Amino acid sequence: MSKEGIIISLEHLSKWFGDKRVLDDVSLTIKKGEFVTILGPSGCGKTTTLRIIAGFETPDDGNVYIGGSLMNRVQPHKRPVNTVFQRYALFPHLNVFDNIAFGLKLKGVSRSEIETRVMRVLKMVGMTDYEWRNVDSLSGGQQQRVAIARAIVNQPEVLLLDEPLSALDHKMRKDMQIELKQMHKQLGITFVYVTHDQEEALTLSDTVVVMNEGVVQQIGSPTDIYNEPVNCFVADFIGESNIFNGTMIADRKVSFMGHEFECVDEGFGENVPVDVVVRPEDIYIMARTDRGQFHGVVSSCIFKGVHYEIIVNTPDGYELMIQDYNPFEAGMEVSMIIKPSDIQVMRKERITNTLEGEMIDQTHVELLGCGFECLPQEGLAAGNKVRVEVDFDKVELTDDKRDGTCEGDITFILYKADHWHLTVRAENGENIYVDTQDVWEDRDIVGINIRPEDMRITRAEESAA
Amino acid sequence: MNLRNVIGRRSSWSLPYAVFLLLFVALPLVLIMVYAFIDEGGRFTLGNLARFFGDADALSTFAVSIEIAIENTAICLLLGYPVAWILANKRYNRSGVTIIIFILPMWINALMRTLATADLFNMLGITLGKGTLLFGMVYDYLPFMIYPIYNVLRRMDPSYAEAAQDLGAKPSRVFANVTLPLSLPGIVSGVMMVFMPTVSTFAISEFLTNNKIKLFGTIIQENINSSMWNYGAALSFIMLIIIGISTLFGGRGEEESQVQGGLI
Repeated sequence: MSKEGIIISLEHLSKWFGDKRVLDDVSLTIKKGEFVTILGPSGCGKTTTLRIIAGFETPDDGNVYIGGSLMNRVQPHKRPVNTVFQRYALFPHLNVFDNIAFGLKLKGVSRSEIETRVMRVLKMVGMTDYEWRNVDSLSGGQQQRVAIARAIVNQPEVLLLDEPLSALDHKMRKDMQIELKQMHKQLGITFVYVTHDQEEALTLSDTVVVMNEGVVQQIGSPTDIYNEPVNCFVADFIGESNIFNGTMIADRKVSFMGHEFECVDEGFGENVPVDVVVRPEDIYIMARTDRGQFHGVVSSCIFKGVHYEIIVNTPDGYELMIQDYNPFEAGMEVSMIIKPSDIQVMRKERITNTLEGEMIDQTHVELLGCGFECLPQEGLAAGNKVRVEVDFDKVELTDDKRDGTCEGDITFILYKADHWHLTVRAENGENIYVDTQDVWEDRDIVGINIRPEDMRITRAEESAA
Repeated sequence: MNLRNVIGRRSSWSLPYAVFLLLFVALPLVLIMVYAFIDEGGRFTLGNLARFFGDADALSTFAVSIEIAIENTAICLLLGYPVAWILANKRYNRSGVTIIIFILPMWINALMRTLATADLFNMLGITLGKGTLLFGMVYDYLPFMIYPIYNVLRRMDPSYAEAAQDLGAKPSRVFANVTLPLSLPGIVSGVMMVFMPTVSTFAISEFLTNNKIKLFGTIIQENINSSMWNYGAALSFIMLIIIGISTLFGGRGEEESQVQGGLI
């Protein structure tokens, strides 16, 4: 073993399905005995990552190490891992006992030993006396337990779980979460768990790996991920959040929503654009008072069981979500306070769209795989590679894709308190980012227009090509 | 109760089919039963059945029929299963259309195909006999074996095979312990669809062996053609029982695979 205590190491994995890149340079190390959750929306590559560890998929690029040995080309049946499948995949022609004994029989374990071990795991998952039952006669939760028993009876070094609780109802899921956590403690083996449920991920894991569009966004403990998200995607995906465009004025001083706030972040530099995240439960709300840092009017207040969810509008046109144990009536004037430590400041990934393009002729440029009209370009000839900058709010979207120069679909929507920040994937797979006041829907197909005067075109360095 | 109400009821739509069923399925079956148990004078007798069990020729033909049907079914299964498996495997066959190539021969009348096969053998100078008979039968009935097995395999959740592999089964064990047992309904359905018609066929043996090999169907046809209605009916009755028994054996599997859709 190369490094002490590392059981799985994924190095720069890439995977293509046809011309769609489902994994993009995924690297991850998992320590022995750790409970790691890979979390992300559907299609983010989390299941593919798990299937690569299990051996059902081979990476197009990069390496998989399990227990220190390279496993890229090793068949699934030779890997020291076992999987709990999403829809259980219990063998319908075998009863509970034979399902669980399946792996042991293949390994040639003696009959008496098989019996002891099967009984032991049945007891562990709370399914004693079910051994002769037909698997079709079991409820979803019971099938789930058998599926777990069938995997852990083989005493694998790593247990892989592919959204194992997604088919269960809410109450059952909660119970199984607790049991899984106990089982993990009891067995002492490594769990790699895949889910799209952020609450589940935060509850269960030692380490959470947040993925989106085939890229690892953040790896950290549940509290790190929740309290210190590294970008807007993570902040938005994990829990509720208020996300703002802000400016880091100086160390420990940030401005957003038209106000200056004290914060605890340093080292960003002066007057740097940043994203600011404030969790709804971290905003203190009270009846209008001069002690508040800023003020607003309640537009709605909904009871959510434990707390109230309050939407507040500020005079500058920002909309905030606040959670509080006390109700505030709609129309009421309120004041708010945010503590410095509750303000999470993140470096912006980009402050404007920067697109690679190519001149078609003096007044047309190819961007996103489409021909856009541009202002006459002196000194640039057809075929010249160019870099084109377009500000987020200068990109126009049209309802009818035929009204646009280019076609795209909306892949991610982020609400930033006074506008929407959209990620639009153009036909050629490139992303363009759009700030808009209009409400669009996820997966909408839209037309993309850019006015010629809003493009800043510069010649791309030859070395970049 | 007026006419409109009667027509409006959904159950009355099945009336034409019920009449058809009665006239062309139930009535002939009853007639076979009746004719099998009466003599030419119309009196009740068990003589027709007794005659079969005393008729060495008929008994040996019966045995040959069953033997050939079993051989044909076995060959169809051995050839058809791998074909179905390859067709159902997405790694080798991405389109769902390729299967049609294997079903396509069935769009041509079986009699014409059999006649053409016989001519082909004659042209190649191959003596007609048991070999050519089996060839013709396999050629005719193979699609009936491939299709139900293909259907079951194609709809099988791939995670079963993955789960088996995950639990340590090498590919041959995955097949033996999971894929094969789970495809059993398709196999049973295929076996039924091949075995039952082969027991009763007579045209194939007539053309492909020049009547050198007689099958059970052949004697029934000969008896009925020579107006031995009662004995012919008794033989048909015996065949019905054989088919009935084999259906009972495969009943469960048949049911399951019927759900998965029939032939084109």
